[in-house]
Amino acid sequence: MIEAVGLTKRYGDKTAVDDLSFQVRPGMVTGFLGPNGSGKSTTMRMVLGLDTPTAGHVTVNGYPYRRLPNAPRHVGALLDAKAVHGGRDAYRHLLSIAQLSGIPAHRVDDVLQLVGLSEVAGRRTKGFSLGMGQRLGIAAALLGDPQVLLFDEPVNGLDPEGILWVRNLMKSLAAEGRTVFVSSHLMSEMALTADHLVVIARGRLLADMSVREFIAANSAGFARVRVPDTDEGQREKLTAALTAAGAQVLPEQDGAVRVTGLPLPRISDVAHEAGVRLWELSPHHASLEEAYMRLTQGMVDYRSTADPQIGMRPEPAPGREDGWDDEPGWSPPQQPVHASDRPTLTEDAR
Amino acid sequence: MTTQPIPSQAPRTPSYVSPIPISRTHLGHALASEWTKIRSVRSTLWTLGVFLALVVLLGCMMAGLIGADTYLNTPYTMPAFFGLLLGQMCLVSLGVLVVSSEYGTGMIRTTFTASPQRHRVLAAKILVFFAVAFVTAAVAIAAVGLYAQITVGARTNANWLPTVFTGALYVSLMGVLALAVGSMMRHSAGAITTMLGVLLVPAILPAFLLFNDGLADVAQVMSDYNAINALSLIFEGDRSTGTGGAQIAFLATLTVLACAGAFGVQANRDV
Repeated sequence: MIEAVGLTKRYGDKTAVDDLSFQVRPGMVTGFLGPNGSGKSTTMRMVLGLDTPTAGHVTVNGYPYRRLPNAPRHVGALLDAKAVHGGRDAYRHLLSIAQLSGIPAHRVDDVLQLVGLSEVAGRRTKGFSLGMGQRLGIAAALLGDPQVLLFDEPVNGLDPEGILWVRNLMKSLAAEGRTVFVSSHLMSEMALTADHLVVIARGRLLADMSVREFIAANSAGFARVRVPDTDEGQREKLTAALTAAGAQVLPEQDGAVRVTGLPLPRISDVAHEAGVRLWELSPHHASLEEAYMRLTQGMVDYRSTADPQIGMRPEPAPGREDGWDDEPGWSPPQQPVHASDRPTLTEDAR
Repeated sequence: MTTQPIPSQAPRTPSYVSPIPISRTHLGHALASEWTKIRSVRSTLWTLGVFLALVVLLGCMMAGLIGADTYLNTPYTMPAFFGLLLGQMCLVSLGVLVVSSEYGTGMIRTTFTASPQRHRVLAAKILVFFAVAFVTAAVAIAAVGLYAQITVGARTNANWLPTVFTGALYVSLMGVLALAVGSMMRHSAGAITTMLGVLLVPAILPAFLLFNDGLADVAQVMSDYNAINALSLIFEGDRSTGTGGAQIAFLATLTVLACAGAFGVQANRDV
C-alpha cells in the first residue's frame, strides 16, 4: 500500500508535483499516467525517499520510505534502466544490491533466471541493449521479493515478446497480493495491464479510478449514424432534428455523422419522428487512449505543432489558414465533457 | 482526496509475504556491497595498477641511483617518495570515482533505494576505499623498502618499517579526502580538478606569496603542509625537521572535516 497525502514538490518557482493525494492498493496493478513532464518520475522518487517533498508526505506500508527497517525487502523499484555502472557485470551489479539488504546471494541467480539474463550474467552491462537493461532493472526490483513494486516505464525498449512478458509479470505479481504501481505512456499497454489508474498532469491529480470507470467518465462515446445516400437532404434533415434535440453532430468523411450527447434509442426516436430512415446506428466505445487524450487535453507541456516551414513554400491559397484541411479523416477536436460530468475529478483539475 | 472503494471484482487477496527471511541490516552489509562494487569495475584495477607500477618501478630505479651512504640516516623506503608524488594522483582519482561514478551513472538512486540509510553507504565507501588504498600503498612502499635493503645492502640507522605505515596513511587519507570532495561535488572531472588544486597549489603558491610581507606567514604554512613537503618529511631521515606527524595530523583533520561535510550534504539532498 502506497499512500500520498498532499504531496508537493517545487523547484524554485516551478511546481513539479502539486498537492497530490492518492492510494495504491495491494492485489492489483495501478497504472500511473500523465504527459511527459507531468511529475510522474518526481512522484516516484519521492515515494522512494530519493527526493524530499516540499510539503505533504508519502508512506509505504505505513512508513516513510527512509524509515522502513529493511527497505528493499518491502519495496522494489525500477526507475531508470540506464542507471547502472556500465563497467560492472550484471551478476555483481545485482550482488552488490543484494548484499546491501542482506539478501542471500543465490537470490541473484534466481532473479537473473526469472528475467532471462542468466546467460549474460557475466557480461558488463555497457553492452546491454535497452531491453536487456530493462530486464536487469526489473531483476533488481524483484531481488528483495518485496510486497510493493514500482516500475517507471518498464516496457521501454522491449520487443513484443518482452512487453507480453512484463504484462504477465505485473499481473502475476499483483495476483500474489502485491502492490504494483507502474507508470507508462503506452495507453494500449496500460489498458491491458492496469486495473486501476492514477492520472496526473502538471503535477496535479486528474483521476483516481478503475480503468473502466475512467473510460466511461472521460470517453468521447458517440454514435455513428448513416442515412441512405440515395435520398438527397436526408442527412441535413436528421442533423437539424438531432441538433434541436440537444445533440452535437459532426459529419464524417464517408457521409456518416458522428452524434454525441444523445443515447442510441433517443437518436432512433428522433430519426423516426423526423421521418428519416437509418442505414447505420452503431455505438462507438472509446479506448483508454481516447479517454486519456480528452482528459489531458490542454494540459500537455510539450506539444508538437505542424512544421510551418515559413518562407519555404508558396503563399497558401486564400481562405486556408493552415494545413489542417489536407488531413484526411480529421475533424476538429471536441470540447471535453463538462467538468461536472466527471464525478471523481478533483477540483481545479483544469 | 479522491477515495475510491475497491472495485468488487478486484480480488481481496491478503498482502504478499515473502518466504525469504528478513534480516536487520547493518554496516556489515554495506561493507560487503561496497567491496563487491570496488572490485568489480576496471577503473579500480587501472588506478591501483598504475599506482603500483609508478611507486614500485620508480622506487626501484631510484633505489640504485641514490648513493649507498645516503641510507645511513635515511630509511630504505625513501625511493618510494618519488613514485608516491605521482602515484597519489591515482588514489585521488579512484577516491573520487568510487562515489562520483555512482552519481554520474545514476546508480546512486539504485543504491539509495536499496539502502535509504545514506550515511551507512558513505561510511562503507570510506572504510572500504581506505582499506584498499592503505593496503595497496603499504605493499608498494614495503616492496621498495625491501628491494633497496636487498640490493643496496648498506648499513643504516633508520628503521624503515614506520614509514610504510605513515607513508601509506598519508596517501590513503588524501584519497579519502578526494572521496569526500567527490561526494559533495558529485562530478568526476570537477572533483579530480579540485583535488589537483589541493595537491599542487599549496606547493606552488608560496613562491608568489613571498613577495608580500603580509602573506609570508600564509606562504610558510602552505610550504610546510603541502603534500609534497609532507611526503618528503615522512621519508626523510632527518629527525630535526620532524617526521611528518604534524602534516599527517593536518591532513587527517582536513579529511575528517570534508567527510563531515559530505555526510551533512548528502543527508537530505535530492538525488
